[in-house]
Amino acid sequence: MTPAALRPATLAIAVFLVGPVAAGLIGTALPALGYLPAAGAREMSLTPVSMLMETPGLSRSVLLSLGSGLAATALSLLLVFLLLAGWMNSPVFRVLRRLLAPLLSVPHAAAALGLALVIAPSGLLVRLAAPFSPALDRPPDWLILQDPFALSLTLGLVIKEVPFLLLMALAALHQVDALPRVRLSESLGYGRIAAFTYAVAPQLYWQIRLPVLAVLAFSTSVVDMALILGPGLPATLSVRVAGWMGDPDLLIRMKGAAAALLQLGVSGFAVLVWIAGERLTSNLVRYMATGGCRLSSDRTVRALSLVWIYILVALAVASLSVLALWSVAGTWHYPDVLPRRWTVQSWLLAGSDLTRSVSTTLVLGLSVSLVAAVVVVAMLQEGVRARGQPVLRHGGAWMSALVFLPLLVPQVAFLFGLQVLFLQAGLDGSWWAVALSHLVFVLPYVILSLAGPWAALDPRYRLLALSLGASEAKVFWRIRLPLMLPALATAVALGLAVSVSQYLPTLLVGGGRVVTVTTEAVALASGGSRPLIAVHALAQIVLPFAGFAAAALLPRLLVPRLYSGTFS
Amino acid sequence: MQVIRRQFLQGLATVSLVAVLATGPSLAAEPADWAGIKEAAKGQTVYFHAWGGEPRINAYIDWVAGELKQQYGVTLEHVKVDDTANVVARVLAEKTAGKTSGGAVDLVWINGENFAAMKREGLLQAEAWAERLPNWSLVDVEGKPTVRKDFTVATDGLESPWGMAKLVFMHDSARLAEPPASLQALAEFAKANPGRFTYPQPPNFHGSTFLKQALSDLIDDREKLARPVDPARFEADTAALFAWLDALHPNLWRGGKAFPQSVAALRQLLADGEVDIAFSFNPGDASAAIAAGELPDTVRSFVFAGGTIGNSHFVAIPFNANAPAAAKVLANFLLSLEAQARKEDPAIWGDPTVLNVAALADADKARFAAIDLGKAGLSPSALGPTLPEPHPSWMEALEAAWAKRYGAQ
Repeated sequence: MTPAALRPATLAIAVFLVGPVAAGLIGTALPALGYLPAAGAREMSLTPVSMLMETPGLSRSVLLSLGSGLAATALSLLLVFLLLAGWMNSPVFRVLRRLLAPLLSVPHAAAALGLALVIAPSGLLVRLAAPFSPALDRPPDWLILQDPFALSLTLGLVIKEVPFLLLMALAALHQVDALPRVRLSESLGYGRIAAFTYAVAPQLYWQIRLPVLAVLAFSTSVVDMALILGPGLPATLSVRVAGWMGDPDLLIRMKGAAAALLQLGVSGFAVLVWIAGERLTSNLVRYMATGGCRLSSDRTVRALSLVWIYILVALAVASLSVLALWSVAGTWHYPDVLPRRWTVQSWLLAGSDLTRSVSTTLVLGLSVSLVAAVVVVAMLQEGVRARGQPVLRHGGAWMSALVFLPLLVPQVAFLFGLQVLFLQAGLDGSWWAVALSHLVFVLPYVILSLAGPWAALDPRYRLLALSLGASEAKVFWRIRLPLMLPALATAVALGLAVSVSQYLPTLLVGGGRVVTVTTEAVALASGGSRPLIAVHALAQIVLPFAGFAAAALLPRLLVPRLYSGTFS
Repeated sequence: MQVIRRQFLQGLATVSLVAVLATGPSLAAEPADWAGIKEAAKGQTVYFHAWGGEPRINAYIDWVAGELKQQYGVTLEHVKVDDTANVVARVLAEKTAGKTSGGAVDLVWINGENFAAMKREGLLQAEAWAERLPNWSLVDVEGKPTVRKDFTVATDGLESPWGMAKLVFMHDSARLAEPPASLQALAEFAKANPGRFTYPQPPNFHGSTFLKQALSDLIDDREKLARPVDPARFEADTAALFAWLDALHPNLWRGGKAFPQSVAALRQLLADGEVDIAFSFNPGDASAAIAAGELPDTVRSFVFAGGTIGNSHFVAIPFNANAPAAAKVLANFLLSLEAQARKEDPAIWGDPTVLNVAALADADKARFAAIDLGKAGLSPSALGPTLPEPHPSWMEALEAAWAKRYGAQ
């Protein structure tokens, strides 16, 4: 085993994953405890904390964050498991699988904007129903969006998290030998769902546990989606934190810092609740298994799970279609199902701004994900050289946990501290500072998507080449790299998608000077032009989508022999 | 709590004042060297932080950028902001970090409590630059006193007026022929038509403006609003307002359980037919939205017979601006005849001018007279009396009281 000091890339990544989070948390904790020297506040005090405690509706905000986050995560996971259990290896499943990449590439803000246009009382669904009911000649006064129980927000989160968890589960399925196990159980008279639950689910769950917890932490602290779909009286905690942190009054900002720490606690508490839920569920499953519960006729449950997935897919497709329609709508008033007048005016109006923000976003996203890919490859290769396997696979548990650190700590809890640090360093508002902040969030995803394929390559390729006298470098360039090209391209595309969707880091660290399609879309969402909002939301979707499409095509063009079956 | 906070801010203000007196340039010594300023501005880039939620305004700023480049060699970058408070926070953060030059913000679109906060905490250029701009002589100081008094706070030349605002309501005449012409009539309308009226959620700027309008109509003595809030009397002074709101809320859109987040979202609700009445701070807004196809062409504007709140909006230069010369050139251009006339046209933006049109030469007067106010436009006489903005402390106190009463249901 090579000591860490001799593995510079691994060390650099570890430092880079921990450093910004830790520094940002300290930068948030100090003002929360009353310390903000430049404002003349040099003495530790609990004033910000007591201000926070006096805030009306605070406990309700906390409950909303907890409830929507836990419900969205549990529902998403349940749906993914039911889908795998009931329909793995069916033709339906192969179609759904093909929808994964496009659905994954829809940033949260765009998904929320689209969903709002579908489910609002003046939205697409009610418009479709309007001709059949005279009561619907005006939009009904129903509290659907911004509902006080955050149900719309939960639905939005589920639509976004199901594809992500499904992707993670699919990657892990290969490692748990799912199909043979299910077949064996079925031959013993278990229903499909029972077979999956007893024989596959426990192991599969432990494989994807960290991504599930990351989803949980994200869902309990999401800002952009909650701004659009979530309640306002009061809003979820994260939305209120973001508001206080931007207040011109320094004391309110210090209260915001205290609230950011509370957010950290809320997300942490959600994880504890989740772990308790894990215990309960595993006991329940064990009880059912030992009790001989075979659930041999589970057709209804399986059908229901598929119906749910269909509904989610339909909502997602409808959201995207409505965005596309709005982007070319001239006049589109209720209850018209389609625009009355069509125009490309909004695209033209957005023209020069859009070109600029798209190119900024693209250059930023590609640079960040390419740098991330190079560093991560260097890290994985250090593992390969040290022990023949990449570091994440064997004995690299600490690294696997570190990878998730930036995803497990709520963004609002450490980004504000980070912004102050960049300011002190004179780096704020620069392209480099934004790129660095994006790298913090891109790195984990690039590591996640490369570690599996890197470990999956049969080590005998390398050993054979080495024994034939090839150098490590030659093995890498001639054997590993060409074989890994599809995985690398996907990793870069995923990195691009993650970078494109970053809202808070770009806004806070960029100081408004680095304008991406996402900051532009959220800024416009506060305005009144739906066509223009739709244009920017679509731009947000197109970039990652083009990235994934390129990732699928490029390797075929660059290394055609990989696909011709004559790799030699 | 309130006391601690006030002392803290007062302390901060004293510190900044001392800093300004110690380091700021003497007011009399600074010559109005416009040629020198223009020369210094040439080749500079000015980062103009301005609310970016309205495409028409963004397009207008784009036009300004083109003219500025051509006429003065100055590059304008429009930084689109979703809330001006964030810009104040940003400059404050820079001051906190000791960044006294090369700041991110060169010019900010601002008024009201944001200006009050920046002035109070010494975040603005210390010299009275605005009233030394060449185009200041065109401004209607007599007829539009709000160009020098921003929400009762003296501008002291720290910000330059850009446009005029007045609270104007709009209704769809196809659904609602006779709009309510007073606050009481509005409440009766809501009672008879539950779910068809709402207002943006305070502390949204326009939502708070609606509260101030209602308070101006309901308070026993309007003079109180010109002075800072008296915390001891606040509850008694606003009792009538909150009683009125308590009665109104159950009849609001969504039963008052959700509110639109901005005035643009409110206008969208009118377009969607979810509500019958919306409002704007821009008298040209309805016409402009009809022209853009965003509102049905049956929408018309109306005001309360007793008058509605009006104010001016401004541009200001932060203390640490990177390109103050270019910022002044931009502020001066925004006051020019061509820029102001173009801005007033509802087909472009529809924002009323701050200039004294009556004092202009006939040809220039004709330029303003030729502007078509559109189907939903109101002539200056039909706009009714303008009520003054209350002191900014009222807005903060109203927002806090509103959040306490309705913010967590």
